[in-house]
Amino acid sequence: MRAFRFLRRNFEHGVHPAHHKKQTQDLPIQRVPFGRQFIMPLGQHIGVPSRAVVADGEPVERGQLIAEPGGFVSTALHSPVKGIVKKVGDFRGVDGRFAPAVAIEADPFATQEVDPDAAPDWRSLSLEAFIEAVQMAGIVGMGGAAFPSHVKLSVPDGVRIRHLLINGAECEPYLTTDHRLMVERPEALLEGAEILRQKLGAEETVIGIEANKPDAIETISRHLSPDQPVRIVKLKVKYPQGAEKMMIKSVFNTEVPAGRLPRDVEVNVNNVGTVVAIADYFLRGMPLIERVVTVAGPGVTYPANLIVPLGTSVRDVVRFCGGLKPGTREIIMGGPMMGRPVASLDVPVLKGCSGILVFTEEQTARRKEFPCIRCGRCLEACPYFLNPSRLARLSKARMFDEMKAYNVFDCVECGCCTFACPSNIPIVQLIRTAKDDLKNRKESDG
Amino acid sequence: MNSILVAPAIMVGIGLFFGTILAIAQRFLKVDEDPRIEKTNELLPGTNCGACGQPGCLPFAEKLVAGEVEPSQCTVSTADAIEEIAEYLQVDAGSQEKLVARLRCGGGRLQANQIAEYQGFEGCRAAALVSGGGKGCAWGCLGLADCERACTFDAIHMNANGLPQVDTEKCTACPDCQAACPRDLFELVPLSQNLYVQCNIPLAGEAATQLCRVACDACGRCAADASPGLITMEDNLPVIDYSSGGEPRPDAVFRCPTRAIVWLEREQFQDQASRKAGTA
Repeated sequence: MRAFRFLRRNFEHGVHPAHHKKQTQDLPIQRVPFGRQFIMPLGQHIGVPSRAVVADGEPVERGQLIAEPGGFVSTALHSPVKGIVKKVGDFRGVDGRFAPAVAIEADPFATQEVDPDAAPDWRSLSLEAFIEAVQMAGIVGMGGAAFPSHVKLSVPDGVRIRHLLINGAECEPYLTTDHRLMVERPEALLEGAEILRQKLGAEETVIGIEANKPDAIETISRHLSPDQPVRIVKLKVKYPQGAEKMMIKSVFNTEVPAGRLPRDVEVNVNNVGTVVAIADYFLRGMPLIERVVTVAGPGVTYPANLIVPLGTSVRDVVRFCGGLKPGTREIIMGGPMMGRPVASLDVPVLKGCSGILVFTEEQTARRKEFPCIRCGRCLEACPYFLNPSRLARLSKARMFDEMKAYNVFDCVECGCCTFACPSNIPIVQLIRTAKDDLKNRKESDG
Repeated sequence: MNSILVAPAIMVGIGLFFGTILAIAQRFLKVDEDPRIEKTNELLPGTNCGACGQPGCLPFAEKLVAGEVEPSQCTVSTADAIEEIAEYLQVDAGSQEKLVARLRCGGGRLQANQIAEYQGFEGCRAAALVSGGGKGCAWGCLGLADCERACTFDAIHMNANGLPQVDTEKCTACPDCQAACPRDLFELVPLSQNLYVQCNIPLAGEAATQLCRVACDACGRCAADASPGLITMEDNLPVIDYSSGGEPRPDAVFRCPTRAIVWLEREQFQDQASRKAGTA
């Protein structure tokens, strides 16, 4: 069987949504002009929110620290523009709730440059100092979850990382940010990969790319130098190929057990955007203050791949893209499978926002829900081998505690089950609701 | 000897052996349970709602017999049933003020501004997870009836304005609706406390009134007019302290520019605007 492994660059289960990437995959990355107001929520990553270190009325430089980490699983925040702090207070976030944020008014006459020597020399840093530098640069996983990168890089004693896996799958439909980064900035990607590989002491770097991005594979192969141990792996186009554990299964044919982390199988996985952000900080001094965002979907006038300073409102980004077409019904932040709809155009672009997708009536009309017919398609779709149909039924009956026995917390909410369901049952939403109920109850009990 | 008899003989032997042990155990390890507990338990409603603060009716019966609680602490039983328990146990029935669930929000469809339309699974918790539902207010009632489904006593019904109407007769002040509400809007309040703040927005001024027509904009007039200590402003919301000694007056309602503070005789949402929504 080992001989045929190259044929099985694949994981079990999953679904095949239409990719819809044609709209933006060949559009070069453009820069969005700086707007007037920027809102930087303090809790835009997974974990403890950051603590603001600026006060109302204070002038800030582009790239200046405005919030320090609030704990270990937390990162720093930097001002995306030169300007003045207007208010440190509560603003509406993507989840609809009001949360603490720093509002900055941009200086319209500033050149908005970043000090290229701001970062310490990565070669002379110890591993601990390097990890702290990553935290203070505010770098988080850019694939969508916004998990602080330094936590991933902190490997406990006795665990060795042998493979650095770079995630260029971008399996979500519509999104082309990682694709464009790989095509346009392969040097930065390889530089960042080399920094990470040397610091982690990994033997090799593996870049996993889905087969629908041949130009990215070709461009990176051209930039490879023989003294750098980098290998590119072409992966089958399938959702969720970009999920950490699925990708490890595809590339190394190793399963990461439930409740364990990639480091337990000697792998460290980082998204393409994250690796480029690391190169941008250590080589060009720019902390995480801007990111590439795909603006696409049938409701947007001019689709684009954009470099957006963090904190820019969705309104400004959409306006730059020629505005919304009539009949627009929904704007999703992130990909269509896992992203979240925004309730207001004033919410800011966050570190984890890989796309702004605009949909019309045709895509968003709610289809009529039918009873579950026990066809088992959700079971065949679930990459984590859960029983989504059972979980959905338990959630509908509000039997949340029973769901724990069906491993509800192993669900990553990838949406495969809902996509596969012929009865249009909102399975993921039901599971998410149950998880929320269980988590909140745990908090109130303890 | 017929070998077929060996097996029954062994079984009978084992049976006798364990029977003896059980008989001895029954004699020496016997736990005497107060027979009144079972009888009291039968007199209780058996809903296991938890409104009395105990895990269920049986633990409540045990505490009753032990004299640690009063029969009237069971809010579900009728007055007659409580009297019967008191008579049976030869204790004082005690007096317990009737509590009802009140919703700390008055922003129904007519009052709260809608900023988006929610399509998806019909449930408050589900909607709250999707960008906080359609209402602009991030603290108010979502109006998708999670509490109605959670109520064991059929006391909560959504009114035409999209707010849960609590039937004060049926409400037993069990905490089911409190647990179901993702925004923690239900409070258990004595029925005799008439003055009530029907808003949960921690914003002040225009920021609050932009979201909802009946939002408390933290103007503080109710606090300024009330007898000292009765109403204080905390986190941009008035807090009524009934233990302060001051007498709450309906005047506060007329001083409120947004009608966020209300005077409740019985059920909530009996004012003109809500009734109009009912006919529309």
